[in-house]
Amino acid sequence: MSKKTDSTENAHNTSGQDEWPLWEIFIRGQHGMSHRHVGSLHAADSEHAIKNARDVYTRRNEGVSIWVVRASDIAASSPSDKGPLFDPSRDKIYRHPTFYDLPDEAGNM
Amino acid sequence: MTEALFEFLLRQGDNSLVLGHRVSEWCGVAPALEEDIALANTALDLIGQTRLWLEYAAEVEGKGRSADDLAFLRDAYDFRNMLLVELPNKDFGQTLMRQFLFDAFQVPWLTALKSSSDQRIADIASKSLQEALYHLERSRDTVIALGDGTKESNARMQEALDRLWPYAGEVFRDDEIDIAMAKKHIAPRPSEIRQTWDATLNETFEAAYLTLSEDRFAHSGGRTGQRHTEHLGHMLATMQVLQRSYPGATW
Repeated sequence: MSKKTDSTENAHNTSGQDEWPLWEIFIRGQHGMSHRHVGSLHAADSEHAIKNARDVYTRRNEGVSIWVVRASDIAASSPSDKGPLFDPSRDKIYRHPTFYDLPDEAGNM
Repeated sequence: MTEALFEFLLRQGDNSLVLGHRVSEWCGVAPALEEDIALANTALDLIGQTRLWLEYAAEVEGKGRSADDLAFLRDAYDFRNMLLVELPNKDFGQTLMRQFLFDAFQVPWLTALKSSSDQRIADIASKSLQEALYHLERSRDTVIALGDGTKESNARMQEALDRLWPYAGEVFRDDEIDIAMAKKHIAPRPSEIRQTWDATLNETFEAAYLTLSEDRFAHSGGRTGQRHTEHLGHMLATMQVLQRSYPGATW
């Protein structure tokens, strides 16, 4: 009887002590041109992460391709650098190609 | 002939129904959110397959019963699933070990059924096979990951294999239904699948550092309905309670 209790506790262990690493998931949709970040999940390794992503994020036939990246491998800009990084481009509207009419034949740019 | 075909279809449908229900018992309590969703997906795939098999079974029987009637209004002794799928889940490793033993059979079995002389069976098999292939990939990887994991996970997977092994071989004992199906080229004899199944098991358990028993003893009685384990009745009580308490209830 005590054995049964043990296995139940283990089966339902949610203490998170031995959590799998976090993976960021990118899915390319049916008509999407590129992979888009859809969310994150936990998995033991990259193969496992792809399988989990298939089950968590493509249940409604959303995807044709999955990329997984270990979250800790992503280098990100710091929120405190936001000003110096992005403000200088704000008043340079001539960098936006808004003065052209894009012909339909050009397709996605 | 109709009777044998009906029995055969019940075996297919009841395997996926009973296993589907067992797997669905993990919904909300699996060890990780990701596994919870994966198990729910597997359960839903199996219930979807059940619908196809039991709808056809009901038509073949021709007594006006529906797939739902067959699922929810039969008693344990009318079920034709193999014993393996009705055993309680126990822990996550046990559940995935059982899934692997089942999937390793189901993939070559459905592959063979794709060339059934009965077109309806061939169609159900092709659709189900895509799902079974993914289930096998997933259950095999989990068995290897846990077998080749820690000392404790390895010991627990070995325990799971030892517990389930005597139930795994039932399906390979050809009986008169199997022989009748083989004569009509509706299905191969299950014993013909054994070699492929053995190969998948050997390869997987070698990678998982698990030892397969040499003993070929197999409990039987599930596929004939003659002797189910005591667990099936309890499972059906939960599964069927709504239709039994409120006959014909819909939503």
